[in-house]
Amino acid sequence: MINKVWDSFASAVADVKDGDSVMIGGFGSSGFPLQLIEALRQHGARDLTVISNNAGVGDEGIASLLKDRLVRKIVCSFPRSAGSVWFERLYEEGAIELELVPQGTLAERIRAAGAGIGGFYTPTGYGTRLAEGKETKVINGRGYVLETALPADVALIKAQRADAWGNLIYNTAGRNFNPPMATAAALTVAEVERVDAVGDLDPECIVTPGIFVDRVVAHGMKGVAE
Amino acid sequence: MRLKPAEIAERVAQDIPDGAYVNLGIGMPTMVANYVSDDRQVIYQSENGILGVGPAPAPGEEDPDLINAGKQFVTLLPGGAYFDNAESFAMMRGGHLDLAVLGAFQVSEKGDLANWATNNDTYPPAVGGAMDLAVGAKQVFVIMSHTTKSGEPKILESCNYPLTGAAVVKRIYTDLAVLDVTDQGLRVRQLHGDNTFDEVQALTGATLLPALS
Repeated sequence: MINKVWDSFASAVADVKDGDSVMIGGFGSSGFPLQLIEALRQHGARDLTVISNNAGVGDEGIASLLKDRLVRKIVCSFPRSAGSVWFERLYEEGAIELELVPQGTLAERIRAAGAGIGGFYTPTGYGTRLAEGKETKVINGRGYVLETALPADVALIKAQRADAWGNLIYNTAGRNFNPPMATAAALTVAEVERVDAVGDLDPECIVTPGIFVDRVVAHGMKGVAE
Repeated sequence: MRLKPAEIAERVAQDIPDGAYVNLGIGMPTMVANYVSDDRQVIYQSENGILGVGPAPAPGEEDPDLINAGKQFVTLLPGGAYFDNAESFAMMRGGHLDLAVLGAFQVSEKGDLANWATNNDTYPPAVGGAMDLAVGAKQVFVIMSHTTKSGEPKILESCNYPLTGAAVVKRIYTDLAVLDVTDQGLRVRQLHGDNTFDEVQALTGATLLPALS
């Protein structure tokens, strides 16, 4: 019997090790696995590389990992937002490394990692500072930059509904980076709002097929200190 | 005379064709949607994964996940769709988006765009989807003030800020004029109010060509 449902957020992230690379889904305030992030913070693994679109705002979510100085490096497209105080503080101190990646290149590098593609040529960034030091190629008269796949040890993602096989359905624009990240990590953990019986999710509506998902934890389960 | 930001946005809106798929950048570009006339159906893309972005929701009816790229709550129009970020940017780079309207720090006479970083390295840089939009949309319109707050030209022979994309801008809408980027150079398309060619040229760091009559 396949049952990927775990009974606590804490146990679902307990295997994350010091030095791991961790993808975290979400964009702005939308589609973040906040309870998994809190469980990861309490777990306390250090020297993490976080791969996410943003670097967190306020004291919550990704910012809480920065505040606890658990993150050595962040790979993202838009680290600086109103309220990104912890990222800015650590950056100023030289306490965090930043790899800045255009948003579409970030998404495609993640997609490539999950699809077994080693790299790809993209026109994005050609002739700019973000292409410096990278291989370039002119194809049919247009300039392209070679970008490589970006896999991770762990992906923490957020969906709305799951079943015990790990099939996932998302809510509106909360989808964002979650589906490609689900495919690109050695261990994918999904935080969801509810778990339905196998067979109850409409197969025409499943966005992430369960083969990409290792663990599912639903809200209302134990494991996060309130 | 100088147009107000909302008036520049209104001018851009006049040039958005019926049926276009359009991405509006954060800030002044977002205002363009307020002025597209009702006889045109324009489908707005938000790069976080929405086609068919609708207006802001009524207070209390926000979906916490349903935000635009500027992190504002929005709605979805009937016929709209959601998709992930890989597909969103494939849509963009693949040339399926008709138009992007973007803000800028500087634009060169060759259509080079600088809108993601200045030469001030004390701030950490942020790029978001700007570079993908710059190269991906079929056309890029820039909407910006003609000069900086201190009166320096933002339209130059070549940008001295880091580029977002090279030779990507097709048209520039400012508070003084509308300019087309052409193979011959920057050509005035429209002068606002009683502005003269010489007045606008004096506030521009590149040589302008007069409007075609």
